[in-house]
Amino acid sequence: MAFELPPLPYSHAALAAQGMCQETLELHHDKHHQAYVTALNGFVEKNEALKGKSLEEIVMLSHGKPDMAPVFNNAGQHWNHNLFWQNMSPTSGGKIPGALEKKITADLGGVDKFKEAFKAAAVGQFGSGWAWLVLGTDGKLKVTKTPNGSNPLATGEGKALLGCDVWEHSYYLDFRNRRPDYVQNWLDKIANYEFAAAQM
Amino acid sequence: MLIMRRRALVLAGGAALLAGRASAQAARASAVLADPVYPFVLPPLPYAAGANEAAIDVATMELHHDKHHAAYVANLNAAVKDVPQVAAMPLSAMLAKLPELPEAIRNAVRNNGGSHANHSMFWPVMGGSGGEPGGELGTAIARDFGSFAQLKDGFNRAGVGQFGSGWVMVLADATGKLSLVARPNQDSPLMDAKRALFGNDVWEHAYYLRYQNRRADYLAAWWNVVNWPAITERYQAALGGKLAI
Ligand SMILES: [Fe+2]
Ligand SMILES: [Fe+2]
Repeated sequence: MAFELPPLPYSHAALAAQGMCQETLELHHDKHHQAYVTALNGFVEKNEALKGKSLEEIVMLSHGKPDMAPVFNNAGQHWNHNLFWQNMSPTSGGKIPGALEKKITADLGGVDKFKEAFKAAAVGQFGSGWAWLVLGTDGKLKVTKTPNGSNPLATGEGKALLGCDVWEHSYYLDFRNRRPDYVQNWLDKIANYEFAAAQM
Repeated sequence: MLIMRRRALVLAGGAALLAGRASAQAARASAVLADPVYPFVLPPLPYAAGANEAAIDVATMELHHDKHHAAYVANLNAAVKDVPQVAAMPLSAMLAKLPELPEAIRNAVRNNGGSHANHSMFWPVMGGSGGEPGGELGTAIARDFGSFAQLKDGFNRAGVGQFGSGWVMVLADATGKLSLVARPNQDSPLMDAKRALFGNDVWEHAYYLRYQNRRADYLAAWWNVVNWPAITERYQAALGGKLAI
């Protein structure tokens, strides 16, 4: 069965008041994410070893293999964007539930420190990539970053709770070159911490 | 008296015209850039921000040059300012000797130094009106790529195929041999002691405002503003081993 673009869990205009305009979401979901899905299906169709495999299996088996880089790039980006749409909320964006806040304070030294670390990861990811809040295999929260289409599933760093896309296509229409402003706004007004907490 | 004044004005006008021609030549000559040294400065655009309108809008040119390139220059200066043995090197040497640089600043020099070299090359190879190069460069293109159409096709494909951020470039060695490369992020051919003859930026910031997700359309349109006289000067410099960056 071919992979499919999941529908956005809200309207394209739903995040406009929070700093992500309708055109950004139309392009990002309908064009960019769709292109990754289409490319991935093309690779699966041509490669018997990939047929019938789950998205997670394809991400894992293609990771770190130079000859499978195009497969990994597109599978990774399909996985990343699937999470990304769920990682944003038009209704509860920016609101951190008590249980998650407690864990953030225990593991990362507080909400401000978490946001600082997340922003540093997002800004420090040179070029295209992602910043993550991950539940590590040791049971502790941590902040990481990955280039291009990679993710914590591939690197084995733990369970991704929140992923923020820092490819320029995520923010160029709304923030131009100002990636730090995009990430700050995303953490303060858009991030779906209820979803993140439910993943723990 | 009046006649003399008019004559003087005509003379002055003629001199201004000559000076204008000379400065146009100087602007083209500046496509062969000196090796940048610390403290690094943002080179001015060698034309008005609207000069590349046939492929790139004014807002993109301004953001790209005044914000993106400026930030790379500032970050490069910040990275090397307290490391005198590195700050003393010209940019091409910093990049060629990356593995020998102190680890604490290696990545910053790779990213921001590469950016500074790449963007400094990028501005002067545009501002032209496209077309097809002739002469020695045209012959070299036919020899090394089959034809100009094949070069464009390979270049555009490599640009589309560069996943994430990066550059697609044509390199020239000191014998005049040309080759095509795509590099991720801001990796510069100077890291391999090689020289870019010309290249195109395929970071999304280079094209998102006008082309959005359609990178292929940007790559196709870009040839309309390529400055072949400037690139020909760079080619002559490469042949003499005098292309610093
Ligand atoms: Fe994206
Ligand atoms: Fe750029």
